[in-house]
Amino acid sequence: MKNAIEVNNLRKEFKAYSSRSGLKGAFRDLFTRNYKVVPAVNDISFSVKQGEMVGYIGENGAGKSTTIKMLTGILTPTSGQITVNGMNPHKERERFVQTIGVVFGQRSQLWWDIAVQESFRLLKKVYKVTDEQYDDHMQHVIKTLDIEPLLDKPVRKLSLGQRMRCELAAALIHNPPLLFLDEPTIGLDVLVKLKIREFLKEINEKYNTTILLTTHDLSDIEALCDRVIMLDAGKVIYDGALNDLKENLADGKELHFQFLEKVDLPAVKKVTGGLPVKWDYDEKEQVFIANLDNDDLLISQVIATVVAAFKIKDIKINETSTEEIIRNIYEKGAVEVG
Amino acid sequence: MDKYLEMIRVRFLMMLAYRTNYYTGILIYSINIGAYYFLWTAIYGGKEEIQGLSVVQMTTYVAISWMARAFYFNNIDREMAMEIMEGKVAVELIRPYNYLGMKTMQGLGEGIFRLFFFSLPGLVIVYFIFPIRFTWDLGVWGLFALSILLSFFINTQLNLLTGITTFFLYNNAGLIRAKRVIIDLFSGLLLPISFFPGWVQSIMKFLPFQGISYVPSMIFTQGFTTQEAWAAIGQQFIWVIVLIIPIQLLWHIAKKQLVIQGG
Repeated sequence: MKNAIEVNNLRKEFKAYSSRSGLKGAFRDLFTRNYKVVPAVNDISFSVKQGEMVGYIGENGAGKSTTIKMLTGILTPTSGQITVNGMNPHKERERFVQTIGVVFGQRSQLWWDIAVQESFRLLKKVYKVTDEQYDDHMQHVIKTLDIEPLLDKPVRKLSLGQRMRCELAAALIHNPPLLFLDEPTIGLDVLVKLKIREFLKEINEKYNTTILLTTHDLSDIEALCDRVIMLDAGKVIYDGALNDLKENLADGKELHFQFLEKVDLPAVKKVTGGLPVKWDYDEKEQVFIANLDNDDLLISQVIATVVAAFKIKDIKINETSTEEIIRNIYEKGAVEVG
Repeated sequence: MDKYLEMIRVRFLMMLAYRTNYYTGILIYSINIGAYYFLWTAIYGGKEEIQGLSVVQMTTYVAISWMARAFYFNNIDREMAMEIMEGKVAVELIRPYNYLGMKTMQGLGEGIFRLFFFSLPGLVIVYFIFPIRFTWDLGVWGLFALSILLSFFINTQLNLLTGITTFFLYNNAGLIRAKRVIIDLFSGLLLPISFFPGWVQSIMKFLPFQGISYVPSMIFTQGFTTQEAWAAIGQQFIWVIVLIIPIQLLWHIAKKQLVIQGG
């Protein structure tokens, strides 16, 4: 199967201007300005197969959006090769964008002052979609996203959740084989999020649509993507299955205790003295947290010892969450798999 | 081509969405025409004609140039500046159309809307208030129509050019305002070109501005003979062609060093 996206040594540099200090500096800035060349995307390579759903994650400013903008032909790369749907995005822009759909969570692509259906009508003409194709495909999209009642309202009167569903429908008018979603669920409530996820899964199954998704909401990624590409400071630091990432890095468990009587940290530490446990105390929740290895015997042992010593109100056993793992990776700036 | 026509229709809808703008526009144009009418009658005093134009011709000139302005004038430059500054241009670039072409069509949609809902009714009102003489010579109307279409293209091209500079300057509000004043002055909207000193006139022959307002207004008031009119239209046409070059050039460079502001 051919690759939908192929990226080789892609690099994008920006000039970052800095101002000199003081009045004298300001005058000098009028003539020559200091700048540094900063690589926002630093020689990355990856490929995505047709029909894959890939999560593209990283901290703010890691270069996610810049990559998406190069992949969609908006920005010209400083160096490196991009082939998307067999084309060079910025060279053959007008022909190329016909084959992709894009949703930017932070900016609208519908026309603000006119009714949603007018925007759809214009986009239908822009993408040269025939009436049959439109009816066949969009009826379904409109029904699934439940936007029928919104069609005659101007975009400025829609709530964020309503608008986002319309944006998604607008990006799919020409039923593109490749969909870029840049933070599509930003600021949405749980119900809308679920609806959008369901819908994305469905079109992926039905049309084998490739989806590249950037988000800060890891539950989106967990729900949709088998594969993640993680970016840090313009470099790919992890590219692989989300499960591997979890299995390799989530080797510990957390035990949460709440006690009926008054207990302090030294007391619990003393009780479990001989065992390899690290204790924390969450003051706000009044929860004692024991961090330990994922070893069933050890866990039982710790619980037995603690329960024997104090009166218990509540116990929870937690696996380290994906969010925790990702946070650890961001803090370290690298992935040590294996 | 379909998509461009559809864009004109959408622009119509947008204009209708902002009715207040439309009404205040009519008011502002009427005030302007009135003010210039009184100014010019004062300047003429008892004189029969100045620089070959009679009072009636002058009044007609003022009325017609403001009405033509409603057609060729648009805020494409300001819109482009906004889109570029807010990063909305990213959305425009993921669509399978030519951004500049689409902007021109939006301007045309706006122009046609104003021509029918603004200039024509306005002209009827002005016709009854001020001593204006219209010609009923269809040939003149034809030349005039051709000429204001070319005016629209020259003015829009200058707007595109100003808009594109936002890519390089990031904030060009000052440039946009300066451009507007220059066009109002040098295009012959405020003062017919024949009223300028000789040396200024000879410089302006080499600039595109008089093709925006002076030419169509002179054609309409029959200040030009048919032959002069054709020559002027030819000149307008040449400017439309010539201006394509810097636009394409700047656009090409702009796309290369494009920075999408705000993420």
